[in-house]
Amino acid sequence: MSTGWNAASAPDTATVPALPRNLGLRQYLICLRGICMREGLRFIHQRERFVSSLVRPLMWLFIFAAGFRQVLGVSIIPPYRTYVLYEVYITPGLCGMILLFGGMQSSLSMVYDREMGNMRTLLVSPFPRWFLLVSKLLAGVTVSVLQVYVFLGIAWFWGVKAPPLGYLMVLPALFLSGMMLCALGLLLSSLIKQLENFSGIMNFVIFPMYFASPALYPLWRIQEASPLLYKICLLNPFTYAVELIRFAFYGQVEWLSLGIVAGLTALFLGAAILAYSPTRGLVNRKQDTGGNG
Amino acid sequence: MTHLQEEGARGSRAPGNARRMPREEGAGRLHHVPPGGEVPASVAALEVAAVSHFYGRSQALDNVSFTLAPATFTVLLGLNGAGKTTLFSLISHLYDTRAGSIRVFGHDIARASGEALRRLGIVFQARTLDLDLSVRQNLVYHASLHGMSSGEARERIAAMLEAVGMSERLNDKARSLSGGQMRRIEIARALLHRPQLILLDEATVGLDVKSRADILANIRNMVARSGISVLWATHLIDEVSEGDHVLVLHKGRLVADGMVRELVRRTGTGAIGEAFARLTGLDAPGETGARP
Repeated sequence: MSTGWNAASAPDTATVPALPRNLGLRQYLICLRGICMREGLRFIHQRERFVSSLVRPLMWLFIFAAGFRQVLGVSIIPPYRTYVLYEVYITPGLCGMILLFGGMQSSLSMVYDREMGNMRTLLVSPFPRWFLLVSKLLAGVTVSVLQVYVFLGIAWFWGVKAPPLGYLMVLPALFLSGMMLCALGLLLSSLIKQLENFSGIMNFVIFPMYFASPALYPLWRIQEASPLLYKICLLNPFTYAVELIRFAFYGQVEWLSLGIVAGLTALFLGAAILAYSPTRGLVNRKQDTGGNG
Repeated sequence: MTHLQEEGARGSRAPGNARRMPREEGAGRLHHVPPGGEVPASVAALEVAAVSHFYGRSQALDNVSFTLAPATFTVLLGLNGAGKTTLFSLISHLYDTRAGSIRVFGHDIARASGEALRRLGIVFQARTLDLDLSVRQNLVYHASLHGMSSGEARERIAAMLEAVGMSERLNDKARSLSGGQMRRIEIARALLHRPQLILLDEATVGLDVKSRADILANIRNMVARSGISVLWATHLIDEVSEGDHVLVLHKGRLVADGMVRELVRRTGTGAIGEAFARLTGLDAPGETGARP
């Protein structure tokens, strides 16, 4: 193994400054691919993260759904044409849950790490900041979508099956919903200091969003039980993500959900890009502790 | 600007380097190069003009101005808390420049950040390699952040690892490298996209004496051979050489800008260490050098 620098030969050929190329569409795609590849590689290397991301929805599917199957009846509501098992009903919500946890975790790390290596390395790239942030979110969503498909594979063996074409049709719905949730996470954790840790996000964002949605029970049931909660559910973006995913499994488009999810994705993304500032975290810490050089 | 800053425009040049920047270019006149435009040979590598920065109410930088000529090695000397990392974060566009302006080879970092960042290589003070990935994966990722194709990235990675003597660690996990080896990989990474100006923020912190000397000598050698400009931030006085261009930053202010010999002469001291102590008030009783 060589142990020393080879300055005698290398710099002439390797480091002579050359004016860098222009950044065209191809370079943008290379950058996006690189960010996605890295996110994927990190995910592969962190097996415990992969396992824990699956344990949560599988517990709901294997234990919660089995227990509540007899308690919670689900009538025939679109997109279902027959009575379905409770496991079948909550599967789209569990897909949403994976996206919700994955998206929040990924965007939270972007905020928390803004002074650390990974985000610094990313942000000093010559590509526009909005593109880098969107690419990073997209990479996080891609990983979450892969997790969803692994979950669906396990659920399939458990007897929870969607129409074969549904597995393909649901892909765009998963991506769009994932982007909306990631962007929302980035926006919230950029703006609200208290949400800069995962327990804050879990208690104040993930759980309220998950439970005040049709992920676990149909909206008509919620309406019967509490009109106020029903109204809250209608204001919850996650509600529309779950419905979009549910209908997509059966090859249908729930247009209201699609419109709301697409609109909110654009809104949250724009606001998150504006709100994301690498300085913010440092301001807080500098005021607390003083800073380094 | 102190009287010492007049000397700063010259910088410490690589021996035998033919490129010269006229004296007046470094004296504060700002050049503007349109996005994508060719950079004239006379344009300064870095122009920092009247830059101030606040963290909340705390002022980190106060009206800092200096110019670096192309193909020079410049030391940014300052104690911890002097504002070096803040200045680097502004130059690299991690933070928005709210007061003053910064140009990299004539490109304004606020208005044409892409053009400026393409010409900039950065080695951060904190380790920035992804420990879970291999050396190759880390470098490929960086190459993609600069839009380099797979083939070009492969060639550049091979060349740069050869340059820092780390070719055989290509497929090793970053986690398995020593501190000095990680730094070498980070330097290779900073050079991967052919930058014209390299910023190194306390690049030798935490390394043993031999690794420190090794890295510093090779960076100096690189400047001499390739004509890249280097801004080397440190708080270690022994990293300054006789012929260096030195910027002394203290409590957010640039208190000196000049060649070592000039700084020593003007402060009436015998060595750069004493000059630094004089400039930063460290020779005064009870002075710690840190910002209040």
